[in-house]
Amino acid sequence: MTQNQTSVVCESLTKRFGTFTAVDNISFEAHGSEILGFLGPNGAGKSTTIRILCGLLRLTSGQATVAGINVTRNPEGVRQQIGYMSQKFSLYNDLRVAENLRFFGGMYSVSAKDMPKRIAWALQMAGLTGREHAITGSLPVGWKQRLALGCAVLHRPPIVFLDEPTSGVDPVSRRQFWELIHNMVAEGVTVFVTTHYMDEAEYCNRLVLIDRGRIVAMGTPTELKTRHMKGQLLLVECEPLGPALGALQTAPGVLDAAVYGNSLHAVVADAQAAMPRIREGLEARQIRVGRLEQITPSLEDVFVSLTASRGPGEGRAA
Amino acid sequence: MSWRRVLAMIRKEAIQIRRDPSSLVIIILMPLIQLFIFGYAVNLDIEHVPLCIYDRDGTQTSQDLLKHFQATEYFRIVRAADSYNEVVQHIDDGTCTVAIVVPPQFSQTLHSSGQASVQALLDASDNNTASIGMGYAQGILRSYSSEVQAEWIEKQGLATGPPNVSFQARTWFNEDLESMANFVPGVVALVMAIIGAFLTSLTIAREWERGTMEQLISTPVGKLEIQIGKLVPYFIIGMADTALCAGAAVWWFGVPFRGSWTVLFGCSMLFLITVLSLGYFISVLGKSQLAASQLAVVATVMPALLLSGFIFPIDQMPVAAQWITRILPPRYYVSILRNVFLKGTTVRVMEGQLFALAIIAVVLVALSTRAFHKRLE
Repeated sequence: MTQNQTSVVCESLTKRFGTFTAVDNISFEAHGSEILGFLGPNGAGKSTTIRILCGLLRLTSGQATVAGINVTRNPEGVRQQIGYMSQKFSLYNDLRVAENLRFFGGMYSVSAKDMPKRIAWALQMAGLTGREHAITGSLPVGWKQRLALGCAVLHRPPIVFLDEPTSGVDPVSRRQFWELIHNMVAEGVTVFVTTHYMDEAEYCNRLVLIDRGRIVAMGTPTELKTRHMKGQLLLVECEPLGPALGALQTAPGVLDAAVYGNSLHAVVADAQAAMPRIREGLEARQIRVGRLEQITPSLEDVFVSLTASRGPGEGRAA
Repeated sequence: MSWRRVLAMIRKEAIQIRRDPSSLVIIILMPLIQLFIFGYAVNLDIEHVPLCIYDRDGTQTSQDLLKHFQATEYFRIVRAADSYNEVVQHIDDGTCTVAIVVPPQFSQTLHSSGQASVQALLDASDNNTASIGMGYAQGILRSYSSEVQAEWIEKQGLATGPPNVSFQARTWFNEDLESMANFVPGVVALVMAIIGAFLTSLTIAREWERGTMEQLISTPVGKLEIQIGKLVPYFIIGMADTALCAGAAVWWFGVPFRGSWTVLFGCSMLFLITVLSLGYFISVLGKSQLAASQLAVVATVMPALLLSGFIFPIDQMPVAAQWITRILPPRYYVSILRNVFLKGTTVRVMEGQLFALAIIAVVLVALSTRAFHKRLE
C-alpha cells in the first residue's frame, strides 16, 4: 500500500433510523498509513458511520467506498479488505484464546499453511503469548480488547476499523493498545478509530469531530487546536467555582467559560487585555483568584468551543 | 463456497457444544425422557385395571368365569365384595374402576337356557379407561363364552369345528399388541421432530443474544457457509439420538424391527436435515433464544402430535387438514418409521415420501438463506 492512496471515501453519507437522523450528510476521506480518529460524545453517530463502512448497516443516502470498493454494491468485497472490532466485545467467550484466533483466521480464509504463523504473530502482537489456552471469558478487559484486535487483523487487512477499542480499559492497557495501533500504521495500514476520550484523540494523525450526526471540524490535532478555537484560552484558578463560573459567563469580553477540573477555562478575544479585567471582576465579588494565565487549548476546549456555538448548553463532550 | 470457512464454523460450533454442559444434557437426556414419557404416558393400552368382583352365584361355573378375569394382565382383582353396597362403595371411593357382578343362578341359567348375562359396573369419570376396561371385559367374556360353547357342542357329541367366536377372541388380544408396536415407532418420529428443530433453533439466536453475531457478519463468511457449519454438528448429534431412540424402541419397548437399519438411518438422515433446517429457519426469524425455542416447540410439537398421523389417522382428517399435513415433515417420517419397523418396507416403496422430505428440506434451506441478512438492522 503506497502512501496517500485513498482508502476510505464518504460522500454525503446519511443514515436515518425512522425519523431520527444518526448520520447527517457527512463527507471525509482517509488515506493509507494514517490513524483517522472519529471523536465525539456518545450518540454522535460514530458507531453508525463505522458500521455503514463495514457493510453492517445500509446507508440511507450518499455513497461510501472502502479500498475502492462500493460498500452498498459489494459489501462482501469490502469485508475481505477490512478488519473490524466492534464497540461491544464480540468474540466467543467460551472459546480459548487460540481457538478464537483460529476461528477468525478460518473466516478470513487464512490458509492452513499460514495459520500457525499468523496465530503466533497475533498472539505476540497482542501480548498474549503463553495465554493461548486461556478461556477468553476469563481474561481481563484490556487483554480481551487486544485479543479482539488480534482477531480483526490476523489476515493483515489494509484497512482496520476500531469502534471505541479502549472503552472500559485501564490507562496502562490503553497506552499499550495505542502502541499496537501505531505499529500497524507503521506497516502501512489505515486505521479508522472512534473514541470519546479526548486524550486518545491526540494519538491520531487526523481527527474528525462529530456531534449529533454532523461533522463540526476536521484536521490534525494541532490544526484543530490552533485554527478552530475562536479566541484565546485562559486558565482561571479561583474559589468558589460556582459563582465564578456564573460571573465569567456574563462578563463582557468573555466568549465562553467552562469548568475544567478544579479550575475554569475562559475563551476571550484578547488574552492580555482580558486578564486584568477578569481578576478585578472576580475579586469584586469576593472570589479568591489564584493562577490566571493564557494556555494552549486542549482538544476538549476546542470541542466545547465548537459544539457550544451550535447551541447553548448542548453537545458538551465528556 | 469455501470449505475452509465451513470447517472452521463446524469446529467452533462443536467446541461450544462440548463446553456447554447444559447442551449435552439436552442432547442425550431430552430425547430419552421424551421417548419414555410418550412411550408410556400416551400409551393407549391399559393394564391392571382395578377390578371388584361380586359373585352372587358362588358355583364352580361362576368361579370359573371369574378366574378368566384373574388370569389376564388387563385386570387386577383388588376387592371381592359381599353385597351391592360394598360394590358401590368400592367404585365410589375409586378403589375399583370396574366391577363384575355374577347374578344368582348364573350357572343354572347358563346350563338350562345356554344364555346367561353378567353385570359390569364402570366408573366412567375417566372416560378412556372405562371404555377400554369395558372392551377388555367384553373380550374376556367372549372368550369364556366360546369355551363354554365348544364344551357344550362336545358334550352333545357333535363334530367340533373351529368355532368362530374363539377365533374372534384371539384377534382381540393380538390387536392390543399391535397397537403398542404401532405406537413406539411413531413416538421415535415425534421425538426426533421435536429434538431436531430444538437443537438448531438456538444457534443463530444465541449469536445475536451474546453479541458475537456482529463480529461474525463483519467477516466475508457466506450465509450458506454459516448454515452448513452450524447444522453439521447437530446433524451428527441428531443421528446419534436417532440411534438411541431406535435402539430403545427395539430393546426396551420390544418393538419388532422387520426392515433394514441402512434404510432406517438413510431415511432418518433426510428427515434430520429437514427438521434441523426448520429449527435453523426459526432461529433466523426469532432473534432471542427464548422466542426461537418457543417457536420451535409450537412449530414442531403440535403438528407432529396432531397432524402427523401419529394419533389421528390422516385419511380420516378433513380434506383441508390433509393438505396441510403434506408440508409437515413428521407426517412422512411417522409413516416411514412404521413401515421400516413393522413391515420392513424397502426404499422403493417410500420414494414418494422421501422425495417430499427432500423438497421440504431444499425449501427450508432456501428460505433460511433468504431470511438471514449479514446486517445489524
